[in-house]
Formats: sequence, C-alpha cells, structure tokens
Amino acid sequence: MDWLTIFGNTASSLISPATLGYALAAIGLAVHFGFAGLLNMGIAAYMAIGAYGYAISILTFGLPWWAGVLIAMACSVLFSLVLGIPTLRLRGDYLAIVTIAAAEIVRLLFLSTTFDEYTGSADGLSGYHASFRESNPLPEGTYGFGPWEYTANGWWVRIVGILLVALALLIVWAIMRSPWGRVLRGIREDEDAVRSLGKNVFSYKMQALILGGVFGSLGGIVYALPSSVNPGVYVTSLTFFVWTALLLGGAATIFGPVLGAVLYWVVQTLLSNILPALVTAGILPFMSTSQAQTLRFILVGVALMLLVIFRPQGILGNKKELTFVK
Amino acid sequence: MSSDAATPAATSAPVPRQKSTGLHKGDIRPGVEKVDPIVIADGVTRTFGGLTAVDVDHLEIPRNAITALIGPNGAGKTTLFNLLTGFDKPDKGSWTFEGRSLSGIPAFKVSQRGQVRTFQLTKSLGLLTVLENMKLGAKHQRGESFWAGLFPFLWRKQEEEFEAKALELLARFKLDTKKDDFAASLSGGQRKLLEMARALMSDPTLVMLDEPMAGVNPALTQSLLEHILDLKDQGMTVLFVEHDMHMVRHIADWVVVMAEGKVVAEGPPDSVMKDPAVIDAYLGAHQDVDLGVVTGRIAGEVPSEAAEALAADIEQEQAADAAAFENRKAGE
Repeated sequence: MDWLTIFGNTASSLISPATLGYALAAIGLAVHFGFAGLLNMGIAAYMAIGAYGYAISILTFGLPWWAGVLIAMACSVLFSLVLGIPTLRLRGDYLAIVTIAAAEIVRLLFLSTTFDEYTGSADGLSGYHASFRESNPLPEGTYGFGPWEYTANGWWVRIVGILLVALALLIVWAIMRSPWGRVLRGIREDEDAVRSLGKNVFSYKMQALILGGVFGSLGGIVYALPSSVNPGVYVTSLTFFVWTALLLGGAATIFGPVLGAVLYWVVQTLLSNILPALVTAGILPFMSTSQAQTLRFILVGVALMLLVIFRPQGILGNKKELTFVK
Repeated sequence: MSSDAATPAATSAPVPRQKSTGLHKGDIRPGVEKVDPIVIADGVTRTFGGLTAVDVDHLEIPRNAITALIGPNGAGKTTLFNLLTGFDKPDKGSWTFEGRSLSGIPAFKVSQRGQVRTFQLTKSLGLLTVLENMKLGAKHQRGESFWAGLFPFLWRKQEEEFEAKALELLARFKLDTKKDDFAASLSGGQRKLLEMARALMSDPTLVMLDEPMAGVNPALTQSLLEHILDLKDQGMTVLFVEHDMHMVRHIADWVVVMAEGKVVAEGPPDSVMKDPAVIDAYLGAHQDVDLGVVTGRIAGEVPSEAAEALAADIEQEQAADAAAFENRKAGE
C-alpha cells in the first residue's frame, strides 16, 4: 500500500476548494439552524444557485468574475425571499419539508433541457475560468511544499476561498454577540416569547435566512471555482453532507462549521484512499474496490448517527447547553 | 433546584394597600363603562370550528388598576388574551388600546405600543442566560438592526444602560445571583419571575399576566403578589388571569368573570364573588346546574339558596384569610 499517497491526499484535502466550499455552506447553515433555529434542508439549492449564478454570469453575459460573485449572492438573496415569504411562518419541521422540496425544484430546473442554452442541463457548465485566473496576482509556477504543492491558479482558488471563510467567520462572530444575534437566539428558543417582547420575528428570520443563504451561495462558488458546475453535485445528499459537517463541529458555534467541514473532508479523503487500497492489498477480500468506495458513505452515515446520539452539541459545542436540550 | 428565590418575603413585608375604587360609571353590570378605560373591546368573537371560544360584547379595562380575569377552564380567558395581544385573530370585532385601534395589529407591534404579556406556560428562553433574557426585553435597541449590530461602538453604551436596568430589576425579583445561568436551569417559579421581570424591561403601560401563580409555591406567591402590586404603584395597569381566588381577592381592584366566552359578571372583588352568576359559573355552588343556564344559553333556574350558602362560605373564608394575614404580620 502506498501510504505516502494516501496521507498526502488526505493532508491536501485540508485546504481543498471542496473543504472551503463546505465550510462556507456549513457557516451559512449554522446561521440558519444553530443560531436562528431554522431547519433548512435545502442548503444544496443555495450552493447550486451560487455556482450557476457565477458561471452563467460569466459564460452567458460575459461579466468579470467578481461581478459573477455579486450576482450569485444577489440571486441567493432573491431565492431566500421567494422561499422565506411563504414558509418562514411555518414551524420547524414543516420548514424542513418545504426547503428540501424547494432544493429539488431548483436542482431540476438547472437540470432541465428547457434552459440548456444557459445551464448546459445535464452537462453542466465549464470553461468560465479565464476572468478569475487573469486576476490572479501570483506569477506562473508551482508553490508550496509536501502535500500542499499547487499551481498558481490552484493557490489563487484556495486563497480566495480562505479569505471568504475568514470574512464569513468574522461577520458571524461579530453579529452573534450583538443584540441582533441575541434576538436570533431568542427566536431559536421560543419565537412567541420574542414576539411578545416587541421584536418582528418574521423579519429577523428572513434576515437570518438571507445571511446564511449568501454564505451558502459563496460556498457553492468556491466549490465550483477550480473545476466545473455539475448538476449531479447539488443533490439532497450534498445537503446531508453539509449537515454532517455542521453537526460534527457544533451547530451553535462560530468555528464549529469550519472544523466540521475540514474533519469531514479529511476523513472522506482518507477513507476513499485507504479502503480501495485495503481491498487491493487483500485485507478486505469480501468486497470490490467500487464497493469499498461506497462503504465510506455508510461509515459517514454511522458516524452521523453516533454523533447525534452521543455528542449532539458537536465537538466545539458547550457541554452545559446539552444539559438542557429538550 | 436547590434554592428557590422564594425566601419568604421577609425583606418586603406585605403592607396592605388601598384598593382602587370608583372605577366604573353607572350600575355595575357586565360590560359596564369605566371612568378611565385603557382597553375597550367591542363585539370580539373568535370561533374554533363550531366552538365559540370568545364572544365579548363590550369590555373595558380600567387604567392604573389591577383587573383580574377569572372563569372556569375553557371560558376563553387565554383566547381573549391572545386576541387582545395580537397572537390570534378574531372572526370579528374591534378593540382599542389607549384610544388607538389594535385590530389587526401584529403581536410585536402591540408589544411595542406598551402592552406586554406573559404566558400561561412560561416561555423563558432556555439557552440564553438570565441576563440575556432580560436584555432582550428592552425596546428600541440600536444593536438589533443587522448593520448596526456589526459595529459594537454604535450600541455598546445603550447596552450598558440596559444591563444596569436589567440588574436592578433582577435584584428586585431576587434573581441577580442567577444572572449568568441559563434560564433553563431555573425552577418553574423562578422562570415565572424572570418572565415578569423581562416584560418590565420594556416599560410597559399595560402588563398582561396569564396565570402568574400557576405552579408557584405559597411563599413565592406572596412575593409575586407584592411585585404585581408594585406595578400598580409605578403607574402601570395590570390585567391577569388567575384561578387562585385568594390572590384575586387580595390584589385585584376589579374582577371580570367569563364563562363560555362571554363576560358574565364584573365588579369589585368582594361584590362580584357574591354574585350568584359567578358562584354558579365558577366558584361552583352546585355542579348539577348546566353552565349554559348561567350564561343564558339554555333556559333554566338557578337555585338561589345554594348560591347564598356558598356566599356565606366565602365570607367566612375571607374572614379567616384576613385573620391569618394579621397573624403573619404580627409574627414578623
């Protein structure tokens, strides 16, 4: 077995665009669920809207990459309004059902051949990198050391991703310690109580949906930034993977989503490298290499179950809070 | 929890206070006009399917007085509360608060106008600390808008003011030692106190308490009563729903009795509790008479001797109450 490759790939996933994209989406979900108590099961839709909004702005309308980012964010705000106005009056579990359906609608719209000209339907979108790479301040070449050796473009994606994650963390940290964040956490506990204290609960929930949605769309952009937009990515399981990352780190924490996303991808990469290698080496003789690839998702599911049962507050969550979980 | 903040009201020995009188105009009857009403409701009805939960023709709540809303279970007290505070929408009807119409105004705006309520099932915000619960109650917070919230220098000073005010209120309600604990760690009675204290953070003009004494031990009840009386002294109006008749008699200036959604009687506590209709509908002189007879929905006779017997019982009890009260005062 090639341990060097296995561990190299695993270490590399620490700052891969996928990890950073998941981290951003999980931060958005933390705003939705961890702080505002909104059971959003449609985070994949926000990521899809981010990725498609970015790619279509560039490919169809010929805009520069930063304008694509702004348009993607604006689209996510619009989606929050369309999704939120009818559904935010619903109680938690109903919101989950509606958001999961909305996410599927969004995905199927992007997949549909009706808009093939703009969305590329089943083929997705690619080849939108020119503008982003032009703005790369790094000179051509390969940088880094050990497993973290990437091209200038590879680094540029990661730098933008890390900056966005840092910015998102800063905003969430600043806003959650403010009276605004206090109202939001109050709504999570009991929205009628907050209403009786003269706060416009609907407006706060909408603001939280928009804020988290913008982070979700940025996550979608970073995820698609180095490669392509593929409609097969934005399926319901993406939502559950982001949820796993969030719950792993701690839903109502600032750094939890980032830690969770990193751990999720490190473990995923490790398993996807090590399991087939074990099969090839004859240690897991009862399965094929492709079965081994599926096994890792089974293990992720088991991990999620164990996590929710034994440590529902996540790794960074406050143990004290758990004492009072109903 | 080990320590109920209800150390018997040793520090604030109950002082019997003067009841407000002369609140009404003309003969006392259900829907009587008040000298200075703060809330006026007209023709408010609310049905749930075939059930008419609330059907109030006319009701006025007197200003700067303590009004008790009593009635049997299912009389529509809480529903009326929900309607008046915007938590529920009536089928028809209108009501005003301080002369301004409140019909169709959402709950949070009702609260902003100074009419703050608490809930029958206490709604403390469990995973916020006691102090955070309190600060949430303050009105007009600059830091509660998203963009201002990002910049602490815009709201820090105001936040300190709210904190000082919250600590002062918490001290009054003997919760100051708990300020950094999660509200979820408080006992049921302490949560009632917290909820009331939190409502006061917004300097309301009308405080509406839904069963403030439910599930509270007698010693804590005593201090809660004092707090409610203090509210009146500070110029607030109090409307509360309660089943504890001792409490109603002790602190209420005016009592409104509801049964089957209607106001069946109102008046000062002493006289209203002698009203046969009240005894029948609520206090329960004879369980064999249908409630509908009392509200006039069904034709029937209300036997009067049973009502009189109960009235005598009440008087006796009241005397015993007063004696016990005097004894306790003497003991301190």
